[in-house]
Amino acid sequence: MPIITQAKSAAVVIDDALCIAEKGCTVCVDVCPLDILAIDEGRKKAFMKYDECWYCMPCEADCPTGAVKVNIPYLLR
Amino acid sequence: MTDTKTEIIEADILVIGGGTGGPMAAIKAKEANPGLKVVLMEKANVKRSGAISMGMDGLNNAVVPGYATPEQYVKEITVANDGIVNQKAVMAYATGSFPMIQYLDKLGVKFEKDGSGEYNMRKVHHMGTYVLPMPEGHNVKKVLYRQLRRLQVAVTNRYMATRLLKAPDGRIAGAVGVNTRTSEFLVVKAKAVVLACGAAGRLGLPASGYMFGTYENAANCGDGYAMAYHAGAQLANLECYQINPLIKDYNGPSCAYVTGPFGGYTANNKGDRFIECDYWSGQMMLEFWRELQSGNGPVYLKMDHLAEETISEIETILHTNERPSRGRFHERRGNDYRKRPVEMHISEIGFCSGHSASGVWVDENARTTIPGLYAVGDMASVPHNYMLGAFVNGGIAGRDAAEYCANVQLADYDEGYLAAERERVLAPTRREDGLTPHEMEFKTRRLVNDYLEPPKVTAKMEIAQRRFAEIRDDLSELCARDPHELLRALEMQTILDCADMAAAASLYRTESRWGFYHLRVDHPETNDEEWFCHTVLYKDDAGRMAHAKREVDPYVVAVEADEMAAYHQLRVKTPAAAE
Ligand SMILES: Cc1cc2nc3c(=O)[nH]c(=O)nc-3n(C[C@H](O)[C@H](O)[C@H](O)COP(=O)(O)OP(=O)(O)OC[C@H]3O[C@@H](n4cnc5c(N)ncnc54)[C@H](O)[C@@H]3O)c2cc1C
Ligand code: SF4
Ligand code: SF4
Repeated sequence: MPIITQAKSAAVVIDDALCIAEKGCTVCVDVCPLDILAIDEGRKKAFMKYDECWYCMPCEADCPTGAVKVNIPYLLR
Repeated sequence: MTDTKTEIIEADILVIGGGTGGPMAAIKAKEANPGLKVVLMEKANVKRSGAISMGMDGLNNAVVPGYATPEQYVKEITVANDGIVNQKAVMAYATGSFPMIQYLDKLGVKFEKDGSGEYNMRKVHHMGTYVLPMPEGHNVKKVLYRQLRRLQVAVTNRYMATRLLKAPDGRIAGAVGVNTRTSEFLVVKAKAVVLACGAAGRLGLPASGYMFGTYENAANCGDGYAMAYHAGAQLANLECYQINPLIKDYNGPSCAYVTGPFGGYTANNKGDRFIECDYWSGQMMLEFWRELQSGNGPVYLKMDHLAEETISEIETILHTNERPSRGRFHERRGNDYRKRPVEMHISEIGFCSGHSASGVWVDENARTTIPGLYAVGDMASVPHNYMLGAFVNGGIAGRDAAEYCANVQLADYDEGYLAAERERVLAPTRREDGLTPHEMEFKTRRLVNDYLEPPKVTAKMEIAQRRFAEIRDDLSELCARDPHELLRALEMQTILDCADMAAAASLYRTESRWGFYHLRVDHPETNDEEWFCHTVLYKDDAGRMAHAKREVDPYVVAVEADEMAAYHQLRVKTPAAAE
């Protein structure tokens, strides 16, 4: 069966103005237990790549600039 | 991906899982013998992995002199677990409990103390006093990490262990790991292996439908159970599921252990108490379920009768520690502890000895039935072990493994087995289209809810087995297009293994026991004559799932018959009016 791509909303939001991934920061990506964050290679900013979040918050707590906001995923909000 | 790299390294001890018990096993092995090479393999990142990734609200089972003796604790857990316990293992935990608290305290973990510096113990259990709050318990992972660095434990983050390797003589030889970002293999040859992979927390599907909205850290999908099974180890009492009373939809603890000592309690829709004690047990869950069935639901955690200062103190604890997103959840819903009780619900099922009794069989030295293989924490069979149990048993395993290593050589494993495992792992990457890991996992877990949740019905569990077999056939279409999808594809196969084990174990024990955890509609009575025993599940020589009864060893702490019934009398006699 062919695989299709479907849209999902990102509960974890990164403030591009605060994110310093372009300076080499990858802290949120490093600490996420579910490995769902990544750095966008073009924009050099962190983003939520997979909708597989445990809303545990190390990403937000450890970000050096306060750029990460964890929202509760819509299905259980 | 035919040329995927395989690196082979050697160690004395390999610890798999860097959450709670795993780091302590590595630390205690190194403290016992600093000359050992200890490798800690972690699927995520040791800095923030596992159940305690953000810290913890308290110790749920601390045996502190002046409040309880190890004997009292062993008795409480024996009773809470309907008598089916290996008391020697519970006793090993109980005697190691206080020294471990002192050790953690010395390392810098903060426990609540009174004005004179004594631990501030609280009563939540039915009989004794075992809860030690940690309102400032955020730093546990930092403390562990510092100690791992200090002792030079070799940490390999982002490697998911997939199978254990064994020597021809049956002892442990190491394990295979796969990098979750590159899909490269790492084979660690080791004299001893400690499994510390946590609960099987992605077995049932949360009622919200969100696959990762689990009680457990969702990285804990049951890999330890599946690896132990495939290696031929015995797993004990898997039918004694983990089922928890949680905040509805949020699916995290509400949490009665924190609020209880302040005067909060579990209530029905009339605001009345219906259980004597909020400690999580199968009997407590049974009363919870009955209350929902009776039309008195929803069940709530009630705090709106408390004073403002008390409520703000509770909020500070519950919204900054352990599961800090609780506050965010309540805010969106307009929930305020002052005005409205918190709606609770019964969680999906899982395996977890940390909260119930389903785990890989271990003795009082944390040894499994495979020489050189240890298991600790939520996935090991010591019941109701919680966080402190993971630490204590981790320590026991680390020290015992260090000793064991001194007398054995590295063993060779079967090259053919490794080649076959590489092939199994990579199979989903060799397809360009097919079924996605998400949909196969969703369907497996949805069927777990439909057919395996208690009350357990024989005919339904048999349907589950047939449907799981169909999903197993569909694995030939499972497709992973990148390393992250491969991680999920491997986890999905673990979940299917655990689902099969849950069905088989539940069918084997033809009685009801442990309250709601193993409530069988076709066998409603507890039958001590036939079933006052552990059940063990294992893979037999022909590769089939097999079962056996295992005797309960003679108790080291005697329990009188009338004491044994204590947890069966949890329902409040005449509902007391709300205070
Ligand atoms: C939300 C929540 C609240 C809790 N509250 C309390 C409390 O207040 N008090 C208390 O005493 N206890 C509490 N507990 C229980 C306690 O946290 C656990 O019993 C304990 O932390 C379990 O330790 P562990 O080492 O077995 O598992 P974990 O700490 O979860 O560690 C398991 C580790 O294994 C890793 N792993 C999994 N699979 C693999 C693999 N294939 N390869 C490599 N690594 C792998 C995981 O990433 C994880 O890091 C709570 C648990 C939860 C989930
Ligand atoms: S931790 Fe913060 S600054 Fe660093 S990459 Fe993530 S969002 Fe950007
Ligand atoms: S909340 Fe947890 S799971 Fe979600 S992105 Fe942050 S670290 Fe990852």
